[in-house]
Amino acid sequence: MLQRLSFIPVRLIQAIPVVFGVTLVVFLMAHLLPGDPATAILGDKATPATIAALRTQLGLDQPIWNQYGLFVSHLFQGDLGTSFTYQRPVVEIVLAAIPVTLSLVAYSLTLALIIAIPLAAIAATAPNRGRDIVVRIYTLIGQGMPQFWVGIMLILILAVNLRLFPVGGYGNTALEHLYYLFLPALTLGIALTPTIIRSLRSSTIDVLGSEYVATARSKGSAGVTLFRHHVLRNAAIPTVSVIGVTMGYLVGGSIVIEKVFAIPGLGSLMLNSIFTRDFPTIQAVTLFVGLFVVGVGILTDLTYTLLDPRVNLTGSVRS
Amino acid sequence: MSTPLLEVTDLSISVMGSKARTKIVEGVSFSVEAGERFGLVGESGSGKSMTLRSIANLLPGGVTVSSGSILYKGQELIGLQNEKRRRLMGPEIAMVFQEPMTALNPVMRVGEQIAEGPRRYLGLSRSAAMDLAVSMMARTGIPDPKQRAKAYPHQLSGGLRQRVMIAMALSCRPKLLLCDEPTTALDVTVQHQVLRQLEELCEDFGASLVFVTHDLAVVNQTCSKLAVMYAGRIVETGPVKDVFKDPRHPYTQGLLTSAPDFDQPERELIPIPGFPPNLADRPPGCEFAPRCRYAQADCTSLQPRLLPVEPGRNSACLHTEEIFPGVLV
Amino acid sequence: MTRTIPVPANNRGLRRSAKKRSRALKPWYTNTSLVAGMIVIGLLIFVAVFAPILTPYDPIQQDLRHALQDPSAAHWFGTDKYGRDILTRLLWGTRVDLRIGFLSVIIPFVFGSILGALAGYFGGWFDTLVMRIVDVFFAFPFLVMVIVLVFILGSGEASIYLAIAAVSWVAYTKIVRGEVIVAKELDYVVGARLSGMSHARVLFRHIGPNVLSQSIIYGMSDIVMNIMGVVTLGYLGLGIAPPTAEWGSMILDGQEFITSHWLQATLPGLLVVVTSLGVSWLGDGLSEQLSPERRK
Repeated sequence: MLQRLSFIPVRLIQAIPVVFGVTLVVFLMAHLLPGDPATAILGDKATPATIAALRTQLGLDQPIWNQYGLFVSHLFQGDLGTSFTYQRPVVEIVLAAIPVTLSLVAYSLTLALIIAIPLAAIAATAPNRGRDIVVRIYTLIGQGMPQFWVGIMLILILAVNLRLFPVGGYGNTALEHLYYLFLPALTLGIALTPTIIRSLRSSTIDVLGSEYVATARSKGSAGVTLFRHHVLRNAAIPTVSVIGVTMGYLVGGSIVIEKVFAIPGLGSLMLNSIFTRDFPTIQAVTLFVGLFVVGVGILTDLTYTLLDPRVNLTGSVRS
Repeated sequence: MSTPLLEVTDLSISVMGSKARTKIVEGVSFSVEAGERFGLVGESGSGKSMTLRSIANLLPGGVTVSSGSILYKGQELIGLQNEKRRRLMGPEIAMVFQEPMTALNPVMRVGEQIAEGPRRYLGLSRSAAMDLAVSMMARTGIPDPKQRAKAYPHQLSGGLRQRVMIAMALSCRPKLLLCDEPTTALDVTVQHQVLRQLEELCEDFGASLVFVTHDLAVVNQTCSKLAVMYAGRIVETGPVKDVFKDPRHPYTQGLLTSAPDFDQPERELIPIPGFPPNLADRPPGCEFAPRCRYAQADCTSLQPRLLPVEPGRNSACLHTEEIFPGVLV
Repeated sequence: MTRTIPVPANNRGLRRSAKKRSRALKPWYTNTSLVAGMIVIGLLIFVAVFAPILTPYDPIQQDLRHALQDPSAAHWFGTDKYGRDILTRLLWGTRVDLRIGFLSVIIPFVFGSILGALAGYFGGWFDTLVMRIVDVFFAFPFLVMVIVLVFILGSGEASIYLAIAAVSWVAYTKIVRGEVIVAKELDYVVGARLSGMSHARVLFRHIGPNVLSQSIIYGMSDIVMNIMGVVTLGYLGLGIAPPTAEWGSMILDGQEFITSHWLQATLPGLLVVVTSLGVSWLGDGLSEQLSPERRK
């Protein structure tokens, strides 16, 4: 087991160029802004003196590669600049918002799996029959619904009409978080289900037709036991990488959903910063999201390896 | 005579195509006594594997038993409640598949896969079932079974994997073992060892064997009785020794003369001309007639029935007596 | 069991079998998904084109005396808080959302496909460089990047096209590169190259047409994603500026009155669902039409 996990350092080293690429893109964002980056970063109300100070700090009089070097070295010291709306270091603000968004993302993924696994199983055990067609129509409609609209519809039905959940907010205790985040997490989860169901449905159909499931049946295995021991894990393997890819989509969606439900996470932070033109904060959130997606990629490979004993260190499958 | 362990009567199996149902097995009957080893021989597509799978209720999607009866210990399996039929699988009937790589769950340790049946049927604890799995692996000739039980299928060689399959099939001490070309995927030398082991174990456990293969040499080595299938029908049955020495159907004769014989290496090999018929569009009369060198005018119009030609021997040929003169009934 | 007879490997035999295949091609109108998609999208295009004559109202002109009316014979779906007819704004919104959704795939499709084809065809350091850049861009989720880029570039339709192009070219590059790597090893491509054809000719005449179908099929799902992007930007107040009728901003306006006038936020969303459904069907139909199985 330990030996099979020794690919992790290799995988981490492989991620380094991508991480630098991500920082480069975030760095260049400042230069894409119309006008001078220092003015953009400090906002319209800054005095000429502070702008001049920031210009030297960012090295704007130096070649662009030196500026990038400065940006990266500041980054390594945990310095992403100061938010001029909050007058606090951006890193502090972002770090405070991260747990909120991450719990929303994890919650959504959990709900998405709770919905998707049974639906995929229901569809895969009767391909092209009535219940499969119903599930396929669900996935078709599901992927055509704007996430924020689903959120509003859920608010309309479950919060306004049935009064089961609050219309927004985050709550104070852990239990309250779980209650307040249910609707937003369900919204994001529903958005994720079509992709998961499609992948899981087709891989489950493959696995159900496989010879080893016939073997399991020849041992008298059936029903839930058969599904749990012989089908689910094998069918999950291709779906893991699909989920890995959709995590970025989930984070992107959470930005909008946080606005719909007034949740104080990265999304609300980013959108507020856009309206106040608080550039350092926007930069920091974008950077975090990029790094998060790279991290999820590594985590996906790790899960893949744990689930499939045939995957060797470099990630290729032995037959 | 007591009831046979397995009695298949007039079994027909059909596959649902895009337009029509095609019969891939038609009117197959045979019986297997307790302790007997029965071979079912034919080319690929002859319906032998489907016949076997229908006994284990493992027909692939779209393939169904359209008529006939399968009696196991006198109990009808066709139409039996799924749940009741499932309970027979493991402790009564077990199966060994052709390709052990695809027939073993790739993400489960082989020891656990063997232990699964005993835990369910013998009510063993996890560790007791695991001990049984290890001892079964030892009995099938797997060296170092304790270590190997922790391996995943891809970490084992083809021969070891097939031994795992056999250990798994026999772990609940079934009375009937169904083998679907269990040695086809193996090297000839390994094939020989695995067959010996299989024979010994069946003897020890008192299990009957139904053995499906296209390889006559394997049947000769393993079985006592056989049935030859062609285009979904049985064309000849009888004791292995007699059929080999003195076939009573032109197709069986063709199979024998087209396969190398190690006792007579200098004998010329004569292949059967042509291809098996398209089952969706069967020729009228005897399906083998277009390829048969003895075919006469009536062969393409009359469907021959499987009839006794000698005590314990049957053949489905209109002209058995003319083609194979000799000791006749 | 049917046995296939090997096709003679000479030119005449190949040409004949190709001709036979195209003759056996099932007509497009038997392709249910394709037809359903064409009907839905055709209707939406009709509505977009004829929006001005389909209703008597102006989508922008405010009429505060008739604000927030319930559905009636005069206003089928009621009026919004500025007294504008909801149905009229829905129809006019089709123009904006459909136009941006469809047009915004063009730049990334062309640019991404060409880059992917070059990377896959030439391989080596160029391929490595392109794929590293693709990895970096894949790290930024579509919505995050589009929101940030629209912020940087300023709001307006042109920024939306640019922002979407900057994010979504990577998928086409990845798809086409993979297809080209497979296609360049095919016998007829190797043959064309050996017979002295230039790289450009081999790439555009022999490989291009054969690898584009995957890109086109992906493009259809990309249209769905782009429509979602535009609508989301509108909802966030970052997209097409009011008072232009646009589904996303209509949902934003309607959310305010969700308790009293729930139709206002619901209807534009339903139209997005219908549009996506139409595009998805079109995509499924195209992929069936372009797949070799269709040519049985």
